[in-house]
Amino acid sequence: MRILRFLLQKEFKQIFRNKSLLPMIFLMPIIQLIVMPLAADYEVKNINLSIVDHDHSTYSQKLTSKIISSGYFILSDYGNSFKNSLQQVEQDKSDLILEIPQGFEKNIVRENKQKLFIAVNAINGTKAGLGGAYINNIIFNFNNDLRNDWIQSMRYNQIPTIEIVSSNWFNTFLNYTFFMVPGILVVLVTMVCIYMCSLNIVKEKEIGTIEQINVTPIKKFHFILGKLIPFWVIGVFIFSVGLFVVGRLVYGIIPVGNAGLVYAFLSLYLIAMLGLGLLISTYSETQQQAMSVAFFFMMVFLLMSGLFTSIDSMPEWAKIIANCNPVTYFIEVMRMVVLKGSNFSDIKNHFIIMTGFAVLFNSWAILNYKKTS
Amino acid sequence: MSDVILNNICKTYNKGIVLAVDDVSFSVGKGELFGLIGPDGAGKTSIFRILTTLLLADSGSASVNGYDVVNDYKKIRQHVGYMPGKFSLYQDLTVEENLKFFATVFNTTIEANYELIKEIYIQIEPFKKRRAGKLSGGMKQKLALCCALIHRPTVLFLDEPTTGVDTVSRKEFWDMLKRLKQEGITILVSTPYMDEATLCERIALMQDGKIMSIDTPKNITKQYAEILYAIKASNMSHLLSDLRLNKLIRSCNAFGEYHHITFNDDLKNSKSELLNYLKSKNYISIEIKQVAPTIEDCFIKLMNK
Repeated sequence: MRILRFLLQKEFKQIFRNKSLLPMIFLMPIIQLIVMPLAADYEVKNINLSIVDHDHSTYSQKLTSKIISSGYFILSDYGNSFKNSLQQVEQDKSDLILEIPQGFEKNIVRENKQKLFIAVNAINGTKAGLGGAYINNIIFNFNNDLRNDWIQSMRYNQIPTIEIVSSNWFNTFLNYTFFMVPGILVVLVTMVCIYMCSLNIVKEKEIGTIEQINVTPIKKFHFILGKLIPFWVIGVFIFSVGLFVVGRLVYGIIPVGNAGLVYAFLSLYLIAMLGLGLLISTYSETQQQAMSVAFFFMMVFLLMSGLFTSIDSMPEWAKIIANCNPVTYFIEVMRMVVLKGSNFSDIKNHFIIMTGFAVLFNSWAILNYKKTS
Repeated sequence: MSDVILNNICKTYNKGIVLAVDDVSFSVGKGELFGLIGPDGAGKTSIFRILTTLLLADSGSASVNGYDVVNDYKKIRQHVGYMPGKFSLYQDLTVEENLKFFATVFNTTIEANYELIKEIYIQIEPFKKRRAGKLSGGMKQKLALCCALIHRPTVLFLDEPTTGVDTVSRKEFWDMLKRLKQEGITILVSTPYMDEATLCERIALMQDGKIMSIDTPKNITKQYAEILYAIKASNMSHLLSDLRLNKLIRSCNAFGEYHHITFNDDLKNSKSELLNYLKSKNYISIEIKQVAPTIEDCFIKLMNK
């Protein structure tokens, strides 16, 4: 125990003396947690719209102002030539063209129907999809308004319609930060743990201090514990700052479920991730190698964790990868407990799977860590 | 009783392509100062790493302090001190913290063995609050030696301790080793510098993983059979190539301000014949004298065998 205490003392001394590592560990996650959710905004705003109006009627004016007043669109061009508007799209000045045909108002009034043409620049799929959906919705509403005007005058000829009213649970105002911040926090904690843990051990290899340690009677498990415990503590610290300082003060996120449950899972998760960091370090000789390998895993973990894109919409093979990704489970747990208030029985499986990861990574790493080459 | 014994140790790297240690056997007696002398890549570090249980040999057996390096490695790690060739202490810890750390790791304290390191430590004590990374080369070396000694090892392994250290510090370092020897510590030291060989009690000359000769430095130089001459003239670089082409000469090597030569026949007239030859080649201020062979001469001779 005396040796372990000394190893920990040494480790913390080194961490706190490292003038470039310290801000990396403590400041970076906080700054990123403040900046990243703002960038990872799912709502598409400021869609540049170009309207080609061949009608110039009251209805076409009404439709135009209804679209613009929605707040999602910026009218970048209003003309009467589709060709000109297409040129605008080509020059990236507008994203969406709405063509209102000649006789728009006349045909609605006389023949009860009319067609509109929408052309969307689909280079950015999300923007195109959402932009198209928004404008469709607005036109649908416009259509309903018109209908209501008419139905009032023809009282006895009411058309039966189904109106859908939805209510949002767990995130009433569809605030994307509630959804993103817990997930990003998970990624940041993961990053700090994997990078710091693997780089720290490889650094000892690179400088040669590990040689000196290896010829001493220090036991393998003492040395490994001496490396894992400091980063476990740092991981918990960063998580707490992220959840209770940044999460609460900046984003107003207050966990609905039991915070203790989140911490229980975090403890287990950190053991698994530090095991992975240790594993990477046993296979790397230089910090550069460790960094590259850790970066590779981070990228896969980040993109295939359901943080940005829903796992349900991934192809089968990608779902398998996502299910082998420990980050996926923690992000799920975070969202379930923080937003939904899930209890232990809801995330029991997550606990079992994470235990599996922790055992796998750590035992693999310990088997592969040798004092003798 | 020998403290360190090696029996037919072989070690290869890259799956057998690179032969680093080739069938090496030797033993070092208790309290002996033993030197492994050889150029870079001779296999000195590999032998040290095998003996300090950091590396497993492909074949052969070795023991330190009577403990087998494979089976009793834990016991060996408690009793040996190892100073790797590369400075490998924690650069971001201070001198004192490093020393304290290694003392703790060996379950002892600085105070318990202070007597042993006192003479060395006293020189770096004024800088004890300084980080190890900020010390000069010689100081680093002293600190590393202190850390290797802090648990009073029975066998001390020093891998090229004087490489990259200035002449004065090198001399000091060897003086320190002599004092440690008096404390009864067995010392195994490796060095690429031939002039340091004479400071050891016994040496092993190594080349390409093989031991060419093991003996006391005196006996090794005694075994040099030929008469050795040192020669000097006006144009030294031309002299070297001319001498090498000359049929009278067996060997010729540059050696500081002289060239060391041996003749094919150690006859009196060989020398005068050579002098005439050189005069005919327009060399001036030719100087030739008989010298006693050094370890380096022996090494070169063994190497060319």
